[in-house]
Amino acid sequence: MAQKLKETILNPILKGNPITVLVLGICSALAVTVQLKGALVMALSVIVVTGLSSFVCSLLRNTIPNRVRIIVQLVVVAMMVILVDQILKAGEGTYAIDKQLSVYIGLIITNCIVMGRIEAFALGNKPIPSLLDGIANGVGYGLILVIVAFFRELFGSGTLLGFQVLPAAYVPNNLVILPPFALILIGCIIWVHRAIDKDLQEN
Amino acid sequence: MEYISLFVKSIFVDNMIFAYFLGMCSYLAVSKNVKTANGLGLAVIFVLLCTLPLNWIINTYVLQPGALKWLGPQFESVDLSFLSFIVFIAVIAAFVQLVEMIVEKFLPSLYSSLGIYLPLIAVNCAILGGSLFMQQRDFTGLGESAVYALGSGIGWYLAIVALAAIREKMSYSNVPKPLKGIGITFITVGLMGMAFMIFMGIQL
Repeated sequence: MAQKLKETILNPILKGNPITVLVLGICSALAVTVQLKGALVMALSVIVVTGLSSFVCSLLRNTIPNRVRIIVQLVVVAMMVILVDQILKAGEGTYAIDKQLSVYIGLIITNCIVMGRIEAFALGNKPIPSLLDGIANGVGYGLILVIVAFFRELFGSGTLLGFQVLPAAYVPNNLVILPPFALILIGCIIWVHRAIDKDLQEN
Repeated sequence: MEYISLFVKSIFVDNMIFAYFLGMCSYLAVSKNVKTANGLGLAVIFVLLCTLPLNWIINTYVLQPGALKWLGPQFESVDLSFLSFIVFIAVIAAFVQLVEMIVEKFLPSLYSSLGIYLPLIAVNCAILGGSLFMQQRDFTGLGESAVYALGSGIGWYLAIVALAAIREKMSYSNVPKPLKGIGITFITVGLMGMAFMIFMGIQL
């Protein structure tokens, strides 16, 4: 049992990472990674939403009729996202970040990680493992988000979390801030990941 | 004239894929060959074109602060905008389900060629994203939101067909092993995005 739980938690972070292996939830991963701060807030929000909605859907799993399950799941997820969004809007320090993340907080609803985990895990498992699975997948997603944001903020503005890190003489590389670079960076992360873990390579 | 400029802008300048990364998951998953990409692209255009004006109507007459004024003066202070996520996604999911049933009943040949992609569209970020952008940008009329929906749908369609064509050709080339498959696809999309950026800042 303990072995299985450990696997539930570790697998989504490494072997079955939602972004680099399953290619889920890319939309928001790319758009919010210009600044490390925004990426951290986004990662936390996704962890909360995936964890809680997996938990709730797992509680409901025996009562949802199969035909309408997608709509029921969407409603549960949307409820969680509204909660997160309202909390972000209410906080004094987080209001500006919520504005900066704009529609991408709302788009957590259609983030494939959330729906994917509910469909693949929560509907067939007990609430507590589902909660852990949701959180672990959120962490796996957040990890990639933070790595991408780290490089983009460091080379794009010479700062980290708003503090100047590189010497002031550093000329910011504007290409790094532009959207397409995030895709190339994720491509490179996948490259490194698969070079280390040869099982994941495609034929 | 305004409509034309909005139309061209939403296809090229504000391209759903290359400027906002919306609908990336199905974009990467369903672009292995041109034929299926074509089917999904057309389905996205259609669903976007129907749900976005519908959500505009709901947003204008129900959700916006003060939108319920038509019910009577005492409703003027009601602000239901916090409900917009749940209402928009419910409209989209219900519409997709409805289209699926109608197509299954009346156009079985189209259903068999498109079938599996229809339910996927409910969770396509491009659709919900379109509605959220509509709310954020305060479109003034039904026509404007319909034109925006058509434009961004076509932009998405162009992007997925182009990527599918490139990936079909790329299957013959010699890509480093760890980069094969999804890795090189990411880099390709990045390069395509850079090419699309020449449209940025164009004023029409």
